[in-house]
Amino acid sequence: MTLQPRTVPRNAPDAAVGRLIYRKPDVLLDRATHYCPGCGHGVIHRLLAEVLTEMDLTARTIAVAPVGCAVFAYDYLNVDFVEAPHGRAPAVATGIRRVRPDTFVLTYQGDGDLAAIGTGEIVHAAARGERITAIFVNNGIYGMTGGQMAPTTLIGQKSTSSPTGRDARLMGYPIRITEMLAQLPGVAYAARGTVADASSIGKLKAMIRRACQAQVGDEGFAIVEALSNCPVGWGMTPAESLEHMKGPVVEAFPLGVIVDRAAEARSAAASRTAPGEGAAPAGGNGSHPRSEGPEA
Amino acid sequence: MSLLPENAVGTEPTAVDVEAGRRSRVLMKGNEAIAEAAIQAGCDAYFGYPITPQCELLEWMARRMPELGRVFVQAESELGAINMALGAAATGARVMVSSSSPGISLMAEGMSYMAGSGTPMVLVNIMRAGPGLGGIGPSQSDYFQATKGHGHGDYRVPVLAPASIAEAMDLMASAFELAERYRTPVMMVADGILGQAMEPVEMRFRTPDRQAFDWALTGAAGRPSRIIKSIDLQQERLERRNLALQHKYREIARHETRWETWQLDDAELAIVAYGTSARVARTAVARARERGIKVGLFRPITLWPFPERELARLSRRVRGMLVVEMSAGQMVEDVRLAVEGRCHVAFHGRMGGLVPTPDEVLGALKALSGKISHERPAPATPKRRASARTSPGPATAGAGARAVEGRGGRA
Repeated sequence: MTLQPRTVPRNAPDAAVGRLIYRKPDVLLDRATHYCPGCGHGVIHRLLAEVLTEMDLTARTIAVAPVGCAVFAYDYLNVDFVEAPHGRAPAVATGIRRVRPDTFVLTYQGDGDLAAIGTGEIVHAAARGERITAIFVNNGIYGMTGGQMAPTTLIGQKSTSSPTGRDARLMGYPIRITEMLAQLPGVAYAARGTVADASSIGKLKAMIRRACQAQVGDEGFAIVEALSNCPVGWGMTPAESLEHMKGPVVEAFPLGVIVDRAAEARSAAASRTAPGEGAAPAGGNGSHPRSEGPEA
Repeated sequence: MSLLPENAVGTEPTAVDVEAGRRSRVLMKGNEAIAEAAIQAGCDAYFGYPITPQCELLEWMARRMPELGRVFVQAESELGAINMALGAAATGARVMVSSSSPGISLMAEGMSYMAGSGTPMVLVNIMRAGPGLGGIGPSQSDYFQATKGHGHGDYRVPVLAPASIAEAMDLMASAFELAERYRTPVMMVADGILGQAMEPVEMRFRTPDRQAFDWALTGAAGRPSRIIKSIDLQQERLERRNLALQHKYREIARHETRWETWQLDDAELAIVAYGTSARVARTAVARARERGIKVGLFRPITLWPFPERELARLSRRVRGMLVVEMSAGQMVEDVRLAVEGRCHVAFHGRMGGLVPTPDEVLGALKALSGKISHERPAPATPKRRASARTSPGPATAGAGARAVEGRGGRA
């Protein structure tokens, strides 16, 4: 639900009435989404729209839509869009950014798209340090096709293709692909947030903003993993699914900034001037200490 | 390795360089000549992945594109390459990818998306022998793949099949023109011989004019946002999209079908062949005529659209056709469809990276000629379905990939 104040006089008295609290960004189209009740995609779309607007990026954004529930993202975000084949968004984004370095390029992918069929594309876009910003929505399931097991499905979690629960011996373990990507020197920023509650949503927005800054500042590849829910696919009510996220999902996929090389460089410079702090671990990126929020 | 005079290429050529280039004939490897022709046609971005026998094309691009301030990316796979091409092409850039047969199979997915979303791109397939990993010898066994669909769905792409390096260079400009005019991927198929052989070519290039695209993604500053996509879950609307595509394909077939004929005026027999096979066939035609066999050559230049009307017309005035391919017999099916039983259609092919020799082709011609002469008088409309077939086995021992004779097919 969005508040849409009619007019907001700039010098209005600081009263509750007439004071701008929240305004739906224009880039977010005024349209009901096709997402299921309780789904987190809508919140993540809104965060993206807010960040793009606040950073004044909408007019030069080209976004890449995935295959999966968010395939219709272009129905909600009023920016130029191209649809990528399943998993290929980082390659498509590479092509765009290379021939149009003046644009801002955004990919939006789910966990099946990015962490299963698209592993080759995401790993190598990250390895090349492509100046793109990847939004990775991890809800642990293939939502659009009817709730099948994803690479991120938790051990024991039931899905339509793991009807008795994910058995690690037969079906392997969930992939923490954002941590894997953070190992690569081409990755300027990698973080994981969630839409599980209001305070997490605020932190997630700051992460998205930082990931966009990394592209604008020509720092390298940036990825934000947003843990999201799939009440229908998980067989839960929306409220139950939020609680589930805060429990087992966050346990398997810890929240926080995984790597922020610009911040690391700043703190390294600071520690050189103020001795006492130990050196960063060798090749220190994946083992980087995790903070609960973005550092930007 | 550059075999061009430094004044002809090297940096963006000046008018003087181009003039000098026009007069110069240089010996050039097919893959490199194709790459340079694409560059001169205005290719903005190239994406590729190493595979024999097209590596020199990728290597040429790796050196030349950055030199010109253009985009070269060696992708992590052919999947990566074709999708980078999709992204770059969606912004209106002039984009090219190249690969060889197994790589084209991987690119099939992207081709389908690009055809479905109307994204122009040029793809070069330097064909090698399959199936599977097969071998690295020259082949034409990707005819079905090129003309009947690489990826899923109802779509076609124009397929250009040069028979010489000079023709391949000339067709590169046409390939970009077709791609942009019809908003479609365009394929050029050449076998490993055309990619690897060296021939004297003239440094004559053509750069198609730039169009202003009202669909290209550039960021929605000052205009409504644009979407490039192939998905449509509303079935009636998706059917309308498909009907529009089919309309486009009919337009392409009407206006863009290309072929070449040689010595067909008085011919009683015709060889139908494309690419390197057509050059072998040309030699065979010359030898057959020395022996009094009245035979000519019909060479499709576009494999799709296939010159079916012209072949149908030809089938009314010759008594038989011999289709020669470096495959088990793929184009021959389209020839039979065009001929509709009006004359004999025989086939001779080699596989595995082998090239038919002129003598093999001559033998197949004689067999066809003999079969027809037993049927005298010639029926105006044969009742039986005619399908004389020569032995697909080697007619000459040790044929191998021997040197191809004949001249570039530009009569």
